[in-house]
Amino acid sequence: MKYFIGFVKKEFLHIIRDFRTLLLLFGLPVIMILVFGYVIRNEIVDVKVAILDNSKDEVTMEITNKILSSGFFILKENINKSADIEKIFKTGKIKEVIIFEPGFARKLEKYGSADVQLIADASDPNSASLVVNYTQAIIADYIKEINVQVKQPLQIIPEVRMMYNPELKSAFMFVPGTMAMILMLVSAMMTSISIVREKEFGTMETLLVSPLKPLHIILGKVTPYVLLSFVNAVTIILLGYFVFGLPVRGSIFLLLAESILFITLALSLGILISTFSRSQQVAMFISIFTLMLPTILLSGFIFPIENMPVILQWISYIVPPRYFIIIIRNIMLKGTDFMHIWVETSVILGMTLLFITLSVVKFKARLE
Amino acid sequence: MLPIMFVVPVVQLIILVHAATMEMKHIELYVVDNDLSETSVKLISAFSGSPFFVLKNAGFSMEEAKSAMLENETDAILHIPVNFEKMLYSRNRADIQILIDAINGMKAGLTNAYMSAVLSGFNKEILKEKGSNRFINVHIKKIQIDYAYWYNPQLNFKFYMVPGILVILVSMIGLFLTALNIVREKEAGTIEQINVTPILKYQLLTGKLVPFWIIALIELGFGLALGKILFHIPVEGSVLLLFSFAGLFLLVVLGIGLLISTMANTQQQVMFMVFFFMITFILMSGIFTPEESMPFWAQKVNLLNPFAYFMRVIRMILLKGSGFKEVYKEFAAISVYGIIILSLAVWRYRKVA
Repeated sequence: MKYFIGFVKKEFLHIIRDFRTLLLLFGLPVIMILVFGYVIRNEIVDVKVAILDNSKDEVTMEITNKILSSGFFILKENINKSADIEKIFKTGKIKEVIIFEPGFARKLEKYGSADVQLIADASDPNSASLVVNYTQAIIADYIKEINVQVKQPLQIIPEVRMMYNPELKSAFMFVPGTMAMILMLVSAMMTSISIVREKEFGTMETLLVSPLKPLHIILGKVTPYVLLSFVNAVTIILLGYFVFGLPVRGSIFLLLAESILFITLALSLGILISTFSRSQQVAMFISIFTLMLPTILLSGFIFPIENMPVILQWISYIVPPRYFIIIIRNIMLKGTDFMHIWVETSVILGMTLLFITLSVVKFKARLE
Repeated sequence: MLPIMFVVPVVQLIILVHAATMEMKHIELYVVDNDLSETSVKLISAFSGSPFFVLKNAGFSMEEAKSAMLENETDAILHIPVNFEKMLYSRNRADIQILIDAINGMKAGLTNAYMSAVLSGFNKEILKEKGSNRFINVHIKKIQIDYAYWYNPQLNFKFYMVPGILVILVSMIGLFLTALNIVREKEAGTIEQINVTPILKYQLLTGKLVPFWIIALIELGFGLALGKILFHIPVEGSVLLLFSFAGLFLLVVLGIGLLISTMANTQQQVMFMVFFFMITFILMSGIFTPEESMPFWAQKVNLLNPFAYFMRVIRMILLKGSGFKEVYKEFAAISVYGIIILSLAVWRYRKVA
């Protein structure tokens, strides 16, 4: 036991003394949470628009004012001819051009109808459809105002409720995913590299002939990462709570227990990878291609799985973080209890057992 | 080396473009129709007819619908209450209820936008059909709103993603290969042998960097051709202009790679640092979300983010056909950046035995 503690201590020092490793261990989670929470947003704020007002009467002025005072749009410039539209789109700043037809107020008064045209820069298609949608809503609102005396016939009024995340904060989406990704990175990638390093330098043989049992060597390698991963998980939950107001609506104990289960899964994956690879380079590439990329792309972390082609959806079923992300979202944001996540939990448990069995078999074969 | 050069772009373009999509075409809808009238059925078919929605489930109880949402079985719930049709025709106004799972705020926002588009379309339709006799003697004013999506009328998300992925491709090749190459020599000890030769520092570094510069540009050409063939992305502007910008951009990337290699002793450390920088800067560059939506400080940070410049320029040139006079500011910025980073890296590089 004394040997074992000494070994764990040595492993800790190895990790702590390299600032580049620490950067990845503690810098990345913090940066990612902040970037995802603050930067990756699709909200409509300060959209720069240009206005081509062929009419310049009181009605177009009123509509313009209404659009600009909504807080979503900023008037970047007024243009005078439609030939300019192409030119200003090409400079890249303007997202939408609003065009009022000549004699707008007069036509509205006389014929009861006038035309406004919206042209959006759809080189960013999602923003374009949101921008057009917002502008339409504002103009529709104006129409309602000028027609107060008239009761609009046959109106269907939707009452929209945004469930679980009424302010549409992006952190709600990204905190669970970041947690899965960081735990994968720290537990699986770092563990596999640190075990393979011993193999590569030939020091594994030295360790194996030492009084430490093989099981102790592996446990000793793994223990520091278990602790670090757990610290990371708690840090991420705290950051989410204090910086972004992300609630933990369900049981915190259940959340932590599920995190430990997932850390175990990631560690068993790391050990499995280390039994397959001869050099750190190989371990790193296997980790990146079989763990990191699927975690980022196929787990539903950033991109909704149901939008992907069917083949990728199938592959996503064997990506462990997919289940973990569902579990955390359910516990933290929806406040569900164990009854709603037992399926996902058993899948993770099953995968963990499978990976541990595989690595034990592989490791034994190597010793013999 | 050669297989990696050609396999990586193919895999990246095919998998990333398909996986990294924010194109919402399969929003799952749970319908609770308690009215079961002609109008409510028509309203539901307006949703199922839209390319954005899939009718996943239908029922009569809101409790069941909500628990389906809790189990991630549905993205949104459309609730049509009893007497919907009666209210609509007797009081001219009927309420419906929409519940959207908003954990993914971005998706929820788009879902809401698409739903209100379907609703207002439906509203217009029934007005045309049944509303004409309701305007008797009333003068109502209408504003016709017409809209057009330029440069991408079908709102094809791949047109937006492919240029972004080309940026990742080119920077990854430049950054990883440069940094790894020099550190590998450090690890193997062969760098000392080079250092004791009479070759001058700038000759050595030029010799090291030029091949990667050329390789990265070839990769860009290859990726662009793939994008054109596989995804039919538009190439509106001048390819020459794009490559000139890419050439300048690569000077910055190679400079950063060189800097990282001076700060690391092992390949593992290089990988960690590159990983950290790539993730941070690429996400901030506006690859998925528009720069204007970012907070003020992030926009300022992006002034120092070379990826942000390239991300903007490649989309402007490819999708909108912008010319030099529209992107000269970015050209100036990236040139200055390149000179500073390269000088810094060369100065930091110690050619000592």
